[in-house]
Amino acid sequence: MRRILSVLMENEPGALSRVVGLFSQRGYNIETLNVAPTDDYSLSRLTVTTFSDDFKVEQITKHLNKLVDVVKVIDLTEGAHIERDLLLVKVKAVGAARDEVKRTTDIYRGSIVDVGPSTYVIQLTGPTEKLDSFMRALGDAVVIEVVRSGVAGMARGEKVLSP
Amino acid sequence: MDMLSGGDMLVRALEDEGVEFVFGYPGGAALHIYDAIFKAEKVPHVLVRHEQAATHAADGYARATGKTGVCLVTSGPGATNAITGIATAYMDSIPMVILSGQVASHLIGEDAFQETDMVGISRPIVKHSFMVQRPEDIPSIVKKAFYIARSGRPGPVVIDIPKDMTNPEHKFEYHYPETVSMRSYQPAQRGHTGQIRKAARLLLSAKRPVIYAGGGVIQGNGSELLTRLARRLNYPVTNTLMGLGGYPGTDRQFIGMLGMHGFYEANMSMHHSDVILAVGARFDDRVTNTVDKFCPGAKIIHIDVDPASIAKIVPVDVPIVGPVDSVLAELEQQIEAQIEASSRPLPDTTALDAWWEQIDQWRQAHGLWHGKRYPDSDLIMPQEAIQTLYDVTNGDAYITSDVGQHQMFAAQYYRYDLPRRWINSGGLGTMGFGLPSAMGIKLALPDAEVACVTGEGSIQMNIQELSTCSQYNLPIKIINLRNNYLGMVKQWQDMQYEGRYSESHYAASLPDFVKLAEAYGHVGIQVKEKKDLEGAMREAFALKDRLVFLDIFIDPHEHVYPMLVAPNGAMKDMWLSKTERT
Ligand SMILES: Cc1cc2nc3c(=O)[nH]c(=O)nc-3n(C[C@H](O)[C@H](O)[C@H](O)COP(=O)(O)OP(=O)(O)OC[C@H]3O[C@@H](n4cnc5c(N)ncnc54)[C@H](O)[C@@H]3O)c2cc1C
Ligand SMILES: Cc1ncc(C[n+]2csc(CCOP(=O)(O)OP(=O)(O)O)c2C)c(N)n1
Ligand SMILES: [Mg+2]
Repeated sequence: MRRILSVLMENEPGALSRVVGLFSQRGYNIETLNVAPTDDYSLSRLTVTTFSDDFKVEQITKHLNKLVDVVKVIDLTEGAHIERDLLLVKVKAVGAARDEVKRTTDIYRGSIVDVGPSTYVIQLTGPTEKLDSFMRALGDAVVIEVVRSGVAGMARGEKVLSP
Repeated sequence: MDMLSGGDMLVRALEDEGVEFVFGYPGGAALHIYDAIFKAEKVPHVLVRHEQAATHAADGYARATGKTGVCLVTSGPGATNAITGIATAYMDSIPMVILSGQVASHLIGEDAFQETDMVGISRPIVKHSFMVQRPEDIPSIVKKAFYIARSGRPGPVVIDIPKDMTNPEHKFEYHYPETVSMRSYQPAQRGHTGQIRKAARLLLSAKRPVIYAGGGVIQGNGSELLTRLARRLNYPVTNTLMGLGGYPGTDRQFIGMLGMHGFYEANMSMHHSDVILAVGARFDDRVTNTVDKFCPGAKIIHIDVDPASIAKIVPVDVPIVGPVDSVLAELEQQIEAQIEASSRPLPDTTALDAWWEQIDQWRQAHGLWHGKRYPDSDLIMPQEAIQTLYDVTNGDAYITSDVGQHQMFAAQYYRYDLPRRWINSGGLGTMGFGLPSAMGIKLALPDAEVACVTGEGSIQMNIQELSTCSQYNLPIKIINLRNNYLGMVKQWQDMQYEGRYSESHYAASLPDFVKLAEAYGHVGIQVKEKKDLEGAMREAFALKDRLVFLDIFIDPHEHVYPMLVAPNGAMKDMWLSKTERT
C-alpha cells in the first residue's frame, strides 16, 4: 500500500543522508522524496512516499523516530490529507500537436511556462494520480523530458506536525 | 572564563565529563589534539597498537564499568581501522564516544591526504554523529555526544573534528554546559502504567512462565530488580548470551542460556511456555530459530527502551517501552498490589510446581550442569578447561572472550553470578575483541582478575596488543583454547559440508605462543596434558603482576552442543551431541 510519511527534522548537515541511508540500509523503498526548510529555518520538513504494508510502515516510522535528528514523524495516509506533486514536462509542440497539447493542458489546469519554436514546458501541480493521468493524456509521442518534485503533503483540518 | 583553543577545549570537556581513559593512536589530523593531551593534567591516554583495539578497549571498559568508553583516532586509515570496533559496540548497544581527526575543513571533499568521509562511512553503525564546524561548538557537541551515547538505548557516537577546529592559535571562551536538552531526542523515562498493569495481570495468570532477560538488563542496571522479581514469583529465568550475569548463574531458578547454543532446559521451557516476560532482549535470530515456530503457545510481554526493538521480529501481546529499572520497579509494585487484591493465591503454585517438575526433568535429562555432557577423551576438553578456570578464579573473574567455539564454552560453563562480568561481542561476533576489551577492564579495575578466553584464530586478530599490555603493565590471563582450527567454522563444515575443511586450518604455520608471549615480555605456559591443567592455571593466576599466556591444547574435534536444528527448526529442536537429536 502506498504511504505518505511526513517527517519534521533538524535542519542539520547530514540529517537528510541519515534518513535516506536508513531506507537503503533496512531495505525499505523510497518512491518519492521531497525536502525543504520550513518557516522555522532550524527545521526541515520531509515527505517520503513508500509502498509498504502496515508492519513495514510501523518499522520505518519507529526507525525514523529513532534518528536523533528527527523531531516527529506522521503517516499522512492514516487520515484526511492533501498531497501535491509538481510536474514540469517538456513536450514536442509542432504542427497539430501544438494545439492538442495546449488543449490537454487547459483541461488539467496546467500552465505553459516556456514556449520554444518547437517545444513547450508545461507546469502542473496536484496529487500524484492527477499528474499520472495528465502524462497518459499527453502520450509518449510528445514527451521529451520530465521532472517531478515528489509529493509534499499536509494533514487536513486541525492536525498539525510541529515540534 | 578561560580562553582555550579547540584542542584544549576538547580535552577540558573530556575532563569535565569525568572521562578516566582515552584509548587512541595519533596521526596528522589529530596532532593538535594530542598536543593538548600532552599538556593536560587529567585524562590519561592509553596508546594501543591498532585503532581497532582502541575501540574494543573503550568498549570493554564501558561494559565492565557502565561508563562511556572513549577513543581517539586520526583521519583516514585511523578512522577506518576504528570501524569494526564501532560496529561491534553498535550491535551490542554499548555507550562509546569516538573522536576522529579529519583533514582541515577547506580540504574536505578534495581527496586530500588521509581524507575519509568518516561521518558517511560510520553512519549505519552509530547512534549519532557530529562533524565540528565551529571550534566554539566543541564543548556543547561533547556534552551532547556523551548524553546521546549513554541515554535511552546506548550506542556509539562519532565526533569528527577537522584539523583547523583544533588550531592552537585560535582561542575561545570555554564553558561546559551543565545540562542538555534536545527537542529531537527524548528517550523514554518510564513505561506506560496501563501496560505495566496488564503485564502484571498476565504474568500472575501464567502456568508455565519464563523470564527471558537480555543485555538490556545489564546495560540498564536492572539485575537486582529482576532477581528480586523472579524470586518473589519463583519463575524460571533464562539469559541471552548478552544477558549472562543479569540473573545469578548459580541460582536454582536459573535455567541457563537460551538459543542456538543454549541449554536444553532453557530452550524447552521457552518452547512450552504460556507466558514469556522478555526484558531488554531483542529476539535475535540466534535465539528464536525459525520465527514462525517460535514459542507457539506463549503470550509475550516485552520491556525495551527502544520502541523499534519491540514487535520487530515476533508479535508481542503487551509491549512496554521504557528503561528496565523504572519499569521493573513499577511492575513489582503492580504485582504486589494485584496479589494483595486477589481472592485466590497468586501466582498459581500448583501449576508452578508442575512446571518446575517438568523443568527439573529436562535438566536431569540433558542439562549441561546436571551431569557430564561431553565425551571422555585423553585430551583436554574445552569444557574442562572452562570449568577449571571457574574453580581457580572462584567464579569471580571478569571473563572476556573472542568469537568461536571457545566463546560458547565460556558462556556455557563459567557461571556468572554478577552483571558485567561476562564480556563478549554477541551481535557482530567480532574475532579480535577479547584481548583489547580485557585491557580496558584491567585498566579500570586493576584489582580484579581479568581473563580472556580465546582461540588461536581470534587471538591473532589483535595479538599486537601484547605490546600495549607490556607498556601499561596489564596482568591479564589469556586462556587460549587451542584446537588448531577455526573451530566454529570447522563445526559447521562437519555438520553441513561433510567435513570439507575449506580454509579452516592453518597447516603448520601457528607461532610458538609461549615464545611470542615472552618476546613481548610476558609469561607463556603450554599445557598439553590433562593432569597439568589445574596446576598451570593456578600458577598463572598466582603470578599476580604478570600477563600469562596459557596455550592449552584441547581436543580439536569437539563440537559445541546443544545446537538448534536449522533451517526450519523450532527452539525445541536441538542437536545434543554429534549423534543425538531431540
Ligand atoms: C558464535 C555466536 C553464537 C551465538 N549464540 C547465541 C546463543 O546461543 N544464544 C544467544 O542468546 N545469543 C547468541 N549469540 C548472540 C546473538 O547474536 C545476539 O547478540 C544476542 O542474542 C542478543 O542478545 P539480547 O537479545 O540480550 O540483546 P542485546 O543485543 O543485548 O540488546 C539489548 C536490548 O535491550 C534494550 N535495552 C538496552 N538498554 C536498555 C534499558 N536500559 N532498558 C530497557 N531496554 C534496554 C536494547 O534496546 C536492545 O533491544 C551468538 C553470537 C555468536 C557470535
Ligand atoms: C573478524 C571475523 N572474521 C570471521 C569470523 C567468522 N568466524 C566465526 S568463529 C570463527 C573461528 C574462530 O576460530 P578460533 O578463534 O580459533 O576459535 P574456535 O572456534 O576454534 O574456538 C570464524 C572464522 C568472525 N566471527 N569474525
Ligand atoms: Mg581454534
